[in-house]
Amino acid sequence: MSTNENKDSAAKDTEVSVSNNNKTVRKLLLVVVAMFGFGFALVPLYDVFCDITGLNGKTNTTAAAYTEGGIDESRTVRVQFITRNAKGIPWKFEPVINEINVHPGEMKVVSFYAKNNAAHDIVGQAVPSVSPGLAANYFHKIECFCFTQQPLSAGNDVEMSLQFYVDVELPTDIKTLTLSYTLYDITEKSS
Amino acid sequence: MTTDVITQDSHDEHHDDHKMTGIKRWLYTTNHKDIGTLYLWFAFIMFLTGGALAMVIRAELFQPGLQLVEPDFFNQLTTVHGLIMVFGAIMPAFTGFANWMLPMMLGAPDMALPRMNNWSFWILPFAFAILLGSFFMESGAPNFGWTFYAPLSTTYSNGSTAFFVFAVHIMGISSIMGAINIVVTIMNMRAPGMTYMKMPLFVWTFFITAYLLIAVMPVLAGVVTMLLTDTYFGTSFFDAAGGGDPVMFQHIFWFFGHPEVYIMILPAFGIVSTIIPAFSRKRLFGYSSMVYATSSIALLSFIVWAHHMFTTGMPLFGELFFMYCTMLIAVPTGVKVFNWVATMWRGSLSFETPMLFSIAFVILFTIGGFSGLMLAMTPVDFQYHDTYFVVAHFHYVLVTGSLFSIYAGAYYWLPKWTGHMYNDSLSKWHFWCSLVSVNLLFFPMHFLGLAGMPRRIPDYALQFADFNKWVSIGGFAFGLSQLIFLAVVIKCIRGGEKAPAKPWDGAIGLEWTVASPAPYHTFSTPPPQSDIDNADQHEH
Repeated sequence: MSTNENKDSAAKDTEVSVSNNNKTVRKLLLVVVAMFGFGFALVPLYDVFCDITGLNGKTNTTAAAYTEGGIDESRTVRVQFITRNAKGIPWKFEPVINEINVHPGEMKVVSFYAKNNAAHDIVGQAVPSVSPGLAANYFHKIECFCFTQQPLSAGNDVEMSLQFYVDVELPTDIKTLTLSYTLYDITEKSS
Repeated sequence: MTTDVITQDSHDEHHDDHKMTGIKRWLYTTNHKDIGTLYLWFAFIMFLTGGALAMVIRAELFQPGLQLVEPDFFNQLTTVHGLIMVFGAIMPAFTGFANWMLPMMLGAPDMALPRMNNWSFWILPFAFAILLGSFFMESGAPNFGWTFYAPLSTTYSNGSTAFFVFAVHIMGISSIMGAINIVVTIMNMRAPGMTYMKMPLFVWTFFITAYLLIAVMPVLAGVVTMLLTDTYFGTSFFDAAGGGDPVMFQHIFWFFGHPEVYIMILPAFGIVSTIIPAFSRKRLFGYSSMVYATSSIALLSFIVWAHHMFTTGMPLFGELFFMYCTMLIAVPTGVKVFNWVATMWRGSLSFETPMLFSIAFVILFTIGGFSGLMLAMTPVDFQYHDTYFVVAHFHYVLVTGSLFSIYAGAYYWLPKWTGHMYNDSLSKWHFWCSLVSVNLLFFPMHFLGLAGMPRRIPDYALQFADFNKWVSIGGFAFGLSQLIFLAVVIKCIRGGEKAPAKPWDGAIGLEWTVASPAPYHTFSTPPPQSDIDNADQHEH
């Protein structure tokens, strides 16, 4: 009798601990799934964060409107242009002028030269980045070849324009801006 | 499903002596002691494998110029060395300790989820077979560093990315299962009367570590999945051409990576906090503060990741934020170091091998902590970044930190595991040879780094030649010294002086209330309250 009771209570204990274990495991698995999702959620979060703070030199990817906010002629900002080809794109790609002095608020147009040296058609995509990164939010592109893809048939060349202005709100300690374009071959992805 | 598993296990318990023989015992085992043994042996084999790779690295770096290996193969060696030591040696060794000791310290009959325990171990060999097997593939092994930064591991990969990703997935699943098991065991399997604040600090550190693992291993799984799809399925998470961002890889990776380094050191704190009081014949100084310090280190580890990325062009505010947060971690870590010293203060110290390794841990880990503090300072990090100074730093915390604690723990519990005392003089040889050679190996790296020698290079400028020669000699000596440990363990398993239930007179803990070697099943009935109270690490 008493051994039976013991057995019963032992069985009950086991049952209780099993259901406790299952509950805990379920909760922990939920955390695992949530954290896996969080890893992926970091991707859009990161973009939004960079967008708001202008970190990481990401500039606007769609055309900005020019607002007549007056030109701050009291200071001059040097804007430098550099270009780079990503691996495997045989284009000649360079700025027509390497740098330009602008007053904040003043609109400028500059152009970039590209020539497809390959024997086949290539679609290129230029990705801009501004240094120092904090200046990215103050660099406004009204029109840019980087907003669209650039198809170039074999041997052809093109002059592409960039219309921009530097915001009058640009922090005064920033005297030089570098705009860098990296050119990628996206023929496969665009087809 | 789990219900079936448990029922079957409790059924097994009725046949106390029922044990399969031969290979089947190890393949099918759900016994926490067997699985702990498997983990420990696996970790040691992986440690020797990763060490062998390091020997080739040091042989190549013995003098300037390219002597033995091609630069690409050199990169494969450093990458796989890092991956094996982190995921194959240190982490499984700690899981082995957890399996062996947690149930015995908590007065529990086994881990909470024995069948899953078996799985979490037995998938590991497959992960490392894939990783090491890639050495023999046409592409070669991963060559992009253990941090596998995009685009090195995507656009510029040698074709090993898929093997690497699958291997990491399996390691991750194994770690997550192991961690869930640890958390469930600690929450639900404590003997009646064992409150959270009565648990040994060892248990606390594994509890917190397991939570860290559950939180960040899925993030690692996510980031390697992104790598995989970027490389083979045309996504652009880290590819600027498609609107992605390679710097984002570093953010996600280090969001996993920084908690990961605490995953590899918090259990070491637990082991050392067990051993130092035992050989000081005192209770641990400041038990509660140790618990809170460990928790705060774990929490802070989530907000410091970008200190690995100071040179990526962060704004000043970000650099300051991550610098100060990182320095803040020195506070709880300092609490721990001072507590260990205070535990030894006016204690009746004796210097058995576990204590020697523990004291070496406290001193050398602190050196590693200080060089970490130097690296935390943004302005100087610009000079130290990606130099041998970084290599020196993380080897001080991982080798003389984590690894030394593992040795300390192994010597401390070997009598409990095998039933025999280890050969004392051989173990002392192991300690002193390791101590001298490890400092010859890693200390000059500080100077190499400060003088500007970059890490991950197969060749270097002439002015670094002398130091590199000494470092390599230290490396070979350290590698050979570890074979002494192998000899000690084998001798100890085969025979030796019979160990009493409690071979260390100052030791406390429930594990010493059972016989040596620990019977196959322990604490089928919970320990009495008096034993639990005696095992309490609080000062009285």
